[in-house]
Amino acid sequence: MTEPILDIRGVTKAYGLTVANDAVDFQVEPGLIHAVLGENGAGKSTLMKIIYGVVKPDAGTLVWRGQLVSIASPAEARRLGIGMVFQHFSLFETLTVTENISLAVPGSKNELGQRIRAASARFGLDVEPDARVHTLTVGERQRIEILRCILQEPKVIILDEPTSVLPPQGIVKLFETLRNLASEGIAVVFISHKLDEIRALCDTATIMRGGRVVGVVNPKEETSKSLTQLMIGQDIPAPTARSHAGTTAGVLRVQNLDHVPDDPYAAPLSGLDLELRGGEILGIAGVSGNGQGALMRVLAGEIRTAPDTVLLDQKPVGALGPGARRRLGVHFIPEERLGRGAVPGHTLAENAGLTTFHSGLLSFGFLQLRKRRERAGKMITDMDVRCSGPDAAAQSLSGGNLQKFIVSREMALAPRVLIAEQPTWGVDVGAAAAIRQKLLDMRDQGVALLIVSEELEELMEICDRVQVMFRGRLSAPVAVGQTDIEHIGLAMAGDFDGLETVHG
Amino acid sequence: MARLVLVPRETATLLAPLQVAVLALVMTLLGGAVLFVIYGVSPLDGLHAVFVEPLLTRYGIGEVLLKMAPLLLIAQGLAIGFRAQVWNIGAEGQLILGAIAASVLAIRFDGTDSQLLLPAMVVAGMLAGMAWAAIAAWLRTQFNANEILVTFMLTSVALQLLYFLVTGPLKDPMGFNFPQSISFAPNAVFPIILEGTRANASLYIGLAVTLVAVVFVRYSFASYKLSVGGLAPGASFYAGFSSKRAIWVALLVSGGAAGLAGVGEVAGPLGQLQRNISPGYGYAGIIVAVLGGLNPIGILFASAIMALVYVGGDFALLSVGVPDAVTGILQGILLISYLACSLLLTMRLRLVREAPG
Repeated sequence: MTEPILDIRGVTKAYGLTVANDAVDFQVEPGLIHAVLGENGAGKSTLMKIIYGVVKPDAGTLVWRGQLVSIASPAEARRLGIGMVFQHFSLFETLTVTENISLAVPGSKNELGQRIRAASARFGLDVEPDARVHTLTVGERQRIEILRCILQEPKVIILDEPTSVLPPQGIVKLFETLRNLASEGIAVVFISHKLDEIRALCDTATIMRGGRVVGVVNPKEETSKSLTQLMIGQDIPAPTARSHAGTTAGVLRVQNLDHVPDDPYAAPLSGLDLELRGGEILGIAGVSGNGQGALMRVLAGEIRTAPDTVLLDQKPVGALGPGARRRLGVHFIPEERLGRGAVPGHTLAENAGLTTFHSGLLSFGFLQLRKRRERAGKMITDMDVRCSGPDAAAQSLSGGNLQKFIVSREMALAPRVLIAEQPTWGVDVGAAAAIRQKLLDMRDQGVALLIVSEELEELMEICDRVQVMFRGRLSAPVAVGQTDIEHIGLAMAGDFDGLETVHG
Repeated sequence: MARLVLVPRETATLLAPLQVAVLALVMTLLGGAVLFVIYGVSPLDGLHAVFVEPLLTRYGIGEVLLKMAPLLLIAQGLAIGFRAQVWNIGAEGQLILGAIAASVLAIRFDGTDSQLLLPAMVVAGMLAGMAWAAIAAWLRTQFNANEILVTFMLTSVALQLLYFLVTGPLKDPMGFNFPQSISFAPNAVFPIILEGTRANASLYIGLAVTLVAVVFVRYSFASYKLSVGGLAPGASFYAGFSSKRAIWVALLVSGGAAGLAGVGEVAGPLGQLQRNISPGYGYAGIIVAVLGGLNPIGILFASAIMALVYVGGDFALLSVGVPDAVTGILQGILLISYLACSLLLTMRLRLVREAPG
């Protein structure tokens, strides 16, 4: 083992009563890819923020190349040679690649263009320096972020969940790049909760749980199961096997949907067709930003269309708003939990009424407060939401627990159609398993479900049929038994033709 | 080394708003003391004149109640809109329109004995305030015109309209060309509620509106929708609440309340329509709404304090000889102190000892 370039000892950071990092030790060696693994809220982000100078630790020491340091700001971290690629990009869409990079890296445009080309070739990061960012895919944008980082010649590069935005082929490419970086002697810190990726890529893994380091292992010698156990401290229940066939009765249909969004950079929807059947889960795969958001708004009624573009039980509902559709039994779980699915400053009791007020929570325009509170209590117990009770503010809950509350609320009125956008995104493993199980239970009760997800494993696990979305178009549906992840991945990059691989 | 840091409160407490109000008041007293020192007046005498003297006489209390009525009305209306993030800052203009509409009735029906005249004036004033605010609501929902600018600029229009009317169509023909209307008949004026003072029954309207506001805010679905739209517009879209309706409700309610305040002035202490109807009640109402934490009960107390500052400023002018600008300065200090302290509603201060190194 070589001398660590960054050696962290006993770092502690508390926010109020929550201890985000509790006496954390963490060593990074040059030339190795080092995974940091943990559920949401395990303390990964806090640790990275401390290393990158965003957050100051309450206690503990940071030793950088043998010197005791205190990193006061991201600028100082970059000066030392620590670079970070965030999950959410910070690029100006109207500028070119070179212009974006020149904001962070000194040098004339010509010189920079050459350096970008050289670095692209060396690390396998294909990017056209003169392209404007808004024309680029998410994967290309991520490469710009990585390039911008590399051109500042870091010794350590931190990537925060970099694969969450990439299609499978893009992930393969990213891994090659990261291996190239490591072979040049750069230390790569890779944050993720996807176990197979970590086992495929990383040399060591630091596993965190509840703000502490619970193990440092070689992931290649571990199984996904043993890593999971370390990460959550227990086994997760596997969802029960699929046990049914869809009723084949179409419940909700979209036919020939065209929609041009207000946002000029969002994909316009063209000629979309889909059919939801009772007792079946339809999955929409695709890299986010390919029109899923607009499709969801159309299905939920936030965007109105011509009446017969959306049909519920053969009746036109395209012109109805979200409230009217809910009364007909169409419920919706949005991707954004705080600020859309729930009002952050309201209590859970107040949030319980957000989408269920029409079910006896009102009399003559007045709120039935006691009834609403009881309803909230039931939603909390139904999904085992961890909170102090119906009077807890929505913003005081962790993302996973709030999502469980929202799922519980949308199921409370026994919907006939349930549409869920990224239902388990950013949710810890245990809560995600519970949510998936609930969705499967609903399917078995005959509900028609539609799930939009970027996680192909999730879609393959719970869906019956899948459609792929790319640049505002939707592929024909394919049964999950008749395709595989690789071909769905190709379809996510625009190749719809090869989707059906196994002809049943 | 130790330092003070702000940490978020784990739970919202009922105590916090009270602490903030008291702290803001203490800071205002300190600021006022400094102000009096600058004017060369003993700070104790000055503060006594502003905050105590008005409460020592029946007349002083009457004056405080008199000024409290319009502030209370305006602030209750504005607070409902502010909770929905609809910023009506033109209550002054809506007040003027309410005063004009009520005056038109009082002048047109001067000489009738009907006891319905005053109620009719109240309704007309409310409707006129609503109509003036409706212009802003329509422009906002139709063309997305910013309601802050529209309501603010409409105040200037209302003022010019008032000047035109009192120098022309509504001028008292026997009034030696003074820019004012005839004096209203007794059946067009609110009865006095505290003998020997000018405090009149329009305060009851303010109290009634407060009661309605308490019930509305706590129990009504309409208010819940407004609050969702204000706190999280995305959640409002998701739930399917109409944002246009929220804008209409917010502006009509606040406009109507300001219109009522206008009736209270012309049918109260003024007894006629004239050029100066309001010493900036429409703007002070914004301070009262914020100071009361947008809470109907909080606003009740805030309006009393602001009214006290108004009257106290006049008292200080007489007894310690400071200019009446003191009123405005004290109101400003009060608002700024409150805004500065309001950070403590969601955060609390804690002393932290830093680790050495």
